[in-house]
Amino acid sequence: MTATPAKVPETADEPTPGSAPTAKPAKVPHGHQRLLTRRDRLTLGLMAGVPTILHVALVWLTALASIALAFTTWDGIGFDSIRWVGLQNFRELFTNNPQFWPAVEHNVIWFVVLIVLPTPFGLFLAVQLDKKIRFSRVYQTAFFLPVVVSMAVIGFVWQLVYNPDTGLINSLIGANKPGHYIDWIGDPDLNLWAILVAASWRHAGYMMILYLAGLKSVDPALREASALDGANEWQTFKNVVFPTLRPTNTVVLVVTIIEALRAFDLVFVFNKGAQGTELLSILVTNNIIGESSRIGYGSAIAVVLLVISLAVIIPYLIATFRKERRA
Amino acid sequence: MHDLAPSGLSFSAPSRRTLLRGIGGATLLGAGIPLLSACGGSGTAADPKTVSLGSNSSDAVPKKAFAEIYAAFTKKSGVKVDVNTKDHNTFQEQINSYLQGTPDDVFTWFAGYRMQFFASKKLATPIDDVWQKIGGNFPEAMKKLSKGEDGKYYFVPLYTYPWAVFYRKSVFAQHGYEVPTTWDAFVALCKRMQKDGLVPIAFGDKDAWPAMGTFDQINFRTNGYDFHVELMAGKASWTDAKVRKVFDHWTEILPYHQEGAVGRTWQDAAQTLVAKKAGMYLLGTFVGQQFTNKADLDDLDFFAFPEIDPQFGQDTVEAPTDGFMLSKAPKNKAGAAQLLEYLGTPEAEQIYLKSDPNVVAASTKADTSSYTPLQKKAYEMISGAKSLTQFMDRDSRPDFTSTVMQPALQNFVRNPKNVDSILSSIERQKKTIFASS
Repeated sequence: MTATPAKVPETADEPTPGSAPTAKPAKVPHGHQRLLTRRDRLTLGLMAGVPTILHVALVWLTALASIALAFTTWDGIGFDSIRWVGLQNFRELFTNNPQFWPAVEHNVIWFVVLIVLPTPFGLFLAVQLDKKIRFSRVYQTAFFLPVVVSMAVIGFVWQLVYNPDTGLINSLIGANKPGHYIDWIGDPDLNLWAILVAASWRHAGYMMILYLAGLKSVDPALREASALDGANEWQTFKNVVFPTLRPTNTVVLVVTIIEALRAFDLVFVFNKGAQGTELLSILVTNNIIGESSRIGYGSAIAVVLLVISLAVIIPYLIATFRKERRA
Repeated sequence: MHDLAPSGLSFSAPSRRTLLRGIGGATLLGAGIPLLSACGGSGTAADPKTVSLGSNSSDAVPKKAFAEIYAAFTKKSGVKVDVNTKDHNTFQEQINSYLQGTPDDVFTWFAGYRMQFFASKKLATPIDDVWQKIGGNFPEAMKKLSKGEDGKYYFVPLYTYPWAVFYRKSVFAQHGYEVPTTWDAFVALCKRMQKDGLVPIAFGDKDAWPAMGTFDQINFRTNGYDFHVELMAGKASWTDAKVRKVFDHWTEILPYHQEGAVGRTWQDAAQTLVAKKAGMYLLGTFVGQQFTNKADLDDLDFFAFPEIDPQFGQDTVEAPTDGFMLSKAPKNKAGAAQLLEYLGTPEAEQIYLKSDPNVVAASTKADTSSYTPLQKKAYEMISGAKSLTQFMDRDSRPDFTSTVMQPALQNFVRNPKNVDSILSSIERQKKTIFASS
């Protein structure tokens, strides 16, 4: 953000024709023309400085503190009870915690499912809605509605559907009697998938809107040209429309990765990450929030989550910067 | 106490605030929490005529009952009670930073390890002087529950409620069942109920704490009170043959429990007892809250968990107790002591019980004449007990019980065959947690 004002004095150094009379007053020894008054600089300093300080304090310091705490044990009472334990938290986590590996696995499953099912479905919906069919706005609203609702509320709503005793599904198919009982929430083979249906239900609408925006920017002339060349609808989509959606696909990928890593609220409402639905974010919360917390241990889990996030973010940033440099 | 679980965790689905805080906690990665929450608490200056009190009784019934106690106290002493009520979930999650910041003079809390923990961290003030005046009102077991590890008093108990096996008198009468007092009779009864088309034991462990109650009952019936204490304190081993025996007993009756327990809340499980679809239900007396129809509630009865080893009989009763503590540096210590003394009187307890009949007084001096039959029975059960336990997560480290025991017991309930690997995993995790501080 400081780039633009910084350029002003530099460009002023060049002897541009228009600024000739005041170009180089002798009073300035360094050769820089002061286009900014003291007040401007103060304002700029505050505008850049305050957010920087906040950012450093609330993002970087907490992240670094959390990394440091991952190597300690601390119950959260008084700073003198922090004790250095080296890698013990991580050793404990990788070898002794029966919930850790399932949690990692579930985060991965979450991502794979979101990218394989609701994302193409959202694209499909977007392509259909882009055809200017009747009531297109109504469909659009219907599919987008879940995205407007908070995840916590979605969790409550889907619990009404899944409740094994009184829920919609079991009541309809009669699976709430002893002997043939389907435990959607408690059965570890079922509950993750049950939650993923709810998550996908929301994600598809989200993806649909992103793709719809992408499709609007596809030049109609391209479609016309491919139609003239005799391509059918599928060929047009595959060879003309989809390739132009590349930037949208990047956004979709990033959004889906973020959704998979930050998955928390839906599961927390659903069954607090019990058997079969463990997630890293929930393990962090369970260990840190509460009356006698294991802050060091919880931080170690948070660090694992951070490392996974970085492993995803860094390649993305490298790719983006490379593209910018080329441009 | 209506929404206050015996475990101290939430029964009901989490409120939006809890959730947001959960998310906040996760994103702050822990480090920011003590820093941010240090600004809670009351900022009133020392006023000799006011005592501030932090309360977790955010639900209507207990909130009103407590308000009546404070009003009576103000009338008697002229000291005003400035109540700062927080959502009970929030209160428990923030208790750490709340007590380290500027807490209210007096705060509501639970007896047992959870009280001792804050006492040993010097976040509470001993109240031996108060106990000199109120000591005569309480039985020996309550005195024991109110002491910290250093032998000083830190806690004034107000009410308590036992865990037992609940059933409906009409169902027992209809089928000619008899209350079982021994393990064999209990198992035989389960079998009969199943044949009669009932779910023998209602069970819901979605909130993960109810299974702890079952474990506690089988454990102190099999191994006695002392072993319960040792095990909860992290001294006894979870791979001990004694623990294995507890799980063997549990495995024996698990087939008679309601199917799909991990997906069901205790409220839904209680509804099967209300609907007479289940024969029995092991829970605290707060199960009565689910009996909204007066006739149904009158039909409710309970018996102590049956004897397993004659050596221990039925002499231990699980009776979580709630009360009050004095914070580390009260602004109005004299007034706070006056309030605590009042809270320790039978009078204060009676005011509370008039509004909330699901619990019983901690004091033996409280008037029991207005008790319902169920309350009278609960009172007798507690006063006749040789030892009182609190609950797994009140008698042990909450970080151990919530992060290790809750998922482990859910795992066991689903796969009782895995018991050996579950137990060795508990033991390994226990060692690191208990070694950490």
